[in-house]
Amino acid sequence: MSMNLKPGARLFSAVCSTEMIAVKAPADAVEITIGGVAPVASAADREASGAVADGFGGGTAMGKRYVDVDDTVELLCTKPGDGVPAVGGALMQLKEAKALPASD
Amino acid sequence: MHLSSLVEMVESGFDDRVLLGTADDPVTGTRFGQMVRAGASTLQGATAVVYAGENHPLLPIALFSAAWAGVPFVPVNYRLEDHQLNALIARQPGALVLADSTTAPRLTGDSAPVVFDDWLDSLPAEPPAIDPPFDDDEVAVVLFTSGTTSEPKSALLRHRHLMAYLLGSVEFGGAGPDEAVLVTVPPYHVAGMANMLSNTFAGRRLVYLRAFEPTAWLDAVRREGITNAMVVPTMLSRIVDALEGQVADVPTLKSLSYGGAKVSERVLVDALTLFPATGFVNAYGLTETASTIAVLGPDDHRAAIESDDPLIKRRLSSAGQVLPMVEIEIRDEYEQPVPPGDPGMIFLRGEQISGEYATGSLLDADGWFCTRDRGFVDSDGYLFIEGRSDDTIIRGGENIAPAEIEEVLLAHPAVAEACVVGLPDDEWGQRIVAAVVLREGEAVDADTLRDVVRSQLRGSKTPEQIVFKSELPHTETGKLLRRFVLQELSESL
Repeated sequence: MSMNLKPGARLFSAVCSTEMIAVKAPADAVEITIGGVAPVASAADREASGAVADGFGGGTAMGKRYVDVDDTVELLCTKPGDGVPAVGGALMQLKEAKALPASD
Repeated sequence: MHLSSLVEMVESGFDDRVLLGTADDPVTGTRFGQMVRAGASTLQGATAVVYAGENHPLLPIALFSAAWAGVPFVPVNYRLEDHQLNALIARQPGALVLADSTTAPRLTGDSAPVVFDDWLDSLPAEPPAIDPPFDDDEVAVVLFTSGTTSEPKSALLRHRHLMAYLLGSVEFGGAGPDEAVLVTVPPYHVAGMANMLSNTFAGRRLVYLRAFEPTAWLDAVRREGITNAMVVPTMLSRIVDALEGQVADVPTLKSLSYGGAKVSERVLVDALTLFPATGFVNAYGLTETASTIAVLGPDDHRAAIESDDPLIKRRLSSAGQVLPMVEIEIRDEYEQPVPPGDPGMIFLRGEQISGEYATGSLLDADGWFCTRDRGFVDSDGYLFIEGRSDDTIIRGGENIAPAEIEEVLLAHPAVAEACVVGLPDDEWGQRIVAAVVLREGEAVDADTLRDVVRSQLRGSKTPEQIVFKSELPHTETGKLLRRFVLQELSESL
């Protein structure tokens, strides 16, 4: 299922505890999954019985950012879980960021 | 991204983590979100939220409530004279004016002030749901520049500038659950805003010290298990003095950052000795750049202290390396980029750079912002700040940065403060005059100080006159108010 994303949009995995927020979004609709299943709009909409699909597990990490191969979608993990986000069926990759000292 | 998104991130990521408040009245991420939603519900119809007062443990609630309601947050300097303060507030017609109980009676404008504690007490328990705004091109914060060389200007920081700074330099949830930051910078300063935003984003508990006093600061670090703190150089200097040569007993303090004005190298070397287990961070930025754009980290500090290589040693006085998402160019008077090591005007570009005032944007067609600070970048990318270009003295056609002469004067053990300015001169165009404050109980004469400068710099940079003063005027964050020194010396000499 394709969706129109905008920066600040919340994505709740339907099948694990992962919660993400869109940092960067393309103008066109994209097909996003978390744990292999389309995300839902709030924690209350989660399916009780769902499971992370094969090949879409491995886990998200708190505060980390995930990007698609074209670098058009970027999601930030605000609550980790067992699933991994994907765009058009391709797993999103962890974006490495240089750690900076806290300056304020 | 909009700052209201940060509220939702806090609710998601830090639901049961304590972010604000006191030990008796802690505010977790969940309660933070509830308070912000309730706060926003009181702002329907308001055009902005003005805050006139000291730091407050729950101040971030005011900032984020404004963001959630889609109106700017405007912290003003409560230490200004009544007429100045009221004039700044009058620039925000239709704003909700929040004030501390000492400041509220001083406010005489059209909007009756509400005492911040009363506002917090009155927040509805079950506020109506308000959809948060998404447009990150809206103004999030209005700050007044410190006005060391001219009248204060109102700088506009949009949501996209502040979020670009956070996303580019802070890791969401990067702080451990036990980390706490001690805030002493005033809320109307960009460092105070950045403090609130960065630490909320990192998930680090914010602890406020209402009025700075060095012993109270050291006590608070120990009592609250403070891991991070940010001070302005005058505070660092007072902390060092209060320690009287004893190593600070602050086992939890991992990181101490300083910025907001130039620090004396002597104070910094003393501080590094007295806080041997603490990492020091120097941050450089401007109001118009949405806070920090360059950082000198703990490893750089220690390397500079331990090195015999003059190029590495001098990095102690550097602002460090520019953040990865900010571009820098040093340009000459024809606006052409200069080679590494050559001084010039500092230009910046990047998503966090606002460069905008209420009167209009100062970004050029390619997005570059002229900071009006002068400096140079060494061959390894370390930025050195020489001072405001408006303060540059032009003596006999030679550009002289006051900071260079001030550093030499400040290195003298008898000198507590120094301000070097250029006064009109028939022969040279400008002549160099230094106003100097001596340390208590110390004595040195003008000729000795002039000899010190001459021996380290050269004749053309030696002050023609040295005037001794009992004190110099500063902003609240310790920046020298040069225009007042200049004015006074022009009238008296």
